[in-house]
Amino acid sequence: MTGAGQGAVLRAASLTKTFAGDSVAVTAVRGAALTLEHGEFAAITGPSGAGKSTLLHMLGGLERPTSGEIWLNGQRVDRMSQARWAVLRRRHIGFVFQFFNLVSNMTVADNVELAAIMGGASRKQARARREELLSELGLAEKAQSAPARLSGGEQQRVALARAMANRPLLLLADEPTGNLDSAATAAVLRLLCRVHADGQSILLVTHDLRVASAADRVISMFDGMVVDDAPMTPPSHPTLLPDVLKLRG
Amino acid sequence: MRMPLLALLAKEPAHGYELKTQLEQIFGEAYPAPNIGQIYVTLQRLERDGLVCSQDVVQTTRPNKRVYELTDAGREAVINWIDQPSEGPRVRDEFFMKLALSPHTGTSDRLGLINRQRRYYLAQLRSLSELAVAAERRIPRLLIEGAMLHLQADLDWLQRCQEEVV
Repeated sequence: MTGAGQGAVLRAASLTKTFAGDSVAVTAVRGAALTLEHGEFAAITGPSGAGKSTLLHMLGGLERPTSGEIWLNGQRVDRMSQARWAVLRRRHIGFVFQFFNLVSNMTVADNVELAAIMGGASRKQARARREELLSELGLAEKAQSAPARLSGGEQQRVALARAMANRPLLLLADEPTGNLDSAATAAVLRLLCRVHADGQSILLVTHDLRVASAADRVISMFDGMVVDDAPMTPPSHPTLLPDVLKLRG
Repeated sequence: MRMPLLALLAKEPAHGYELKTQLEQIFGEAYPAPNIGQIYVTLQRLERDGLVCSQDVVQTTRPNKRVYELTDAGREAVINWIDQPSEGPRVRDEFFMKLALSPHTGTSDRLGLINRQRRYYLAQLRSLSELAVAAERRIPRLLIEGAMLHLQADLDWLQRCQEEVV
């Protein structure tokens, strides 16, 4: 064991992913590096085809890197077998996808409880965790509904509850607002900010820069590479804000 | 007008007519070049302010021409201009000037220029998001959202700049 990656919840170095094509290989990610500290909320953004989802999938063990290193909470994970990755994901990672991916023939409550149980909770603990999460996310009255009866925004909030059910070290979100209208986007974003305020580490991929700007850091990707990794600091002087702000008060 | 002339002079000394031709070549229809009179007036003011200096060059077959050159203060002014983030949103875009002229100044790589501008817009977007959440009245909120949409368009356009010129 080296000390690399210690201290950070996630660290990746020189990550590359090449997909074999029919005639030519396509490199989706070339030499990406990033570190996420505990409790940090970072957004990865960039145009479609920039490699941001591929990067997130590698970091969550859904895609194996061609080369490079990934450290999760100080443990090297990039060479793990699929079976070990699956256990790690169930226990320590929460995933939110663009298309919700809820189990359609289970109730909202069961979707969340199942994730808690797979994360190692007892039935009783899972039920308590589900009640806590659904009420926190404003979904308590939908507990016994089928996912299909919910709006897109509600389904994504259920998906967020499911992702949080195992109290993950790291929450990974792949275009979580990509299929939502602006009101539902704002609601999901508010919830992400709230769980972040409670200390949740979040790494989110989005092409929506309004969503990205809610993070502590914005990582810009282009053509498979990280081209900027910027802490979000408010403009240093109020006069730097657009004139619209003068209408306030 | 002042900063584009200083930026062009950062590359090499030139006389007024050369500067006009260069402006036309760089900006085309995007920024119609000012007439030669405006350029000479601006150059005189820049000289008065100590940002450029000039000397007459004797020509045998034509009238003498006055060649302008950047002073240290002028070079500092143009570096500061290139490195400062610019206000938005607008149609006539100062950032576009910087992007087009930065190779002449030798002070800034274009990716760095785009990244700094993106950070600046993102920070504004975040401030506006926070304000939009706090805004209770519909009309101010709509105006804030309008400003955010302008910023999103500016950010999309930065992406295009990156695709085309970096």
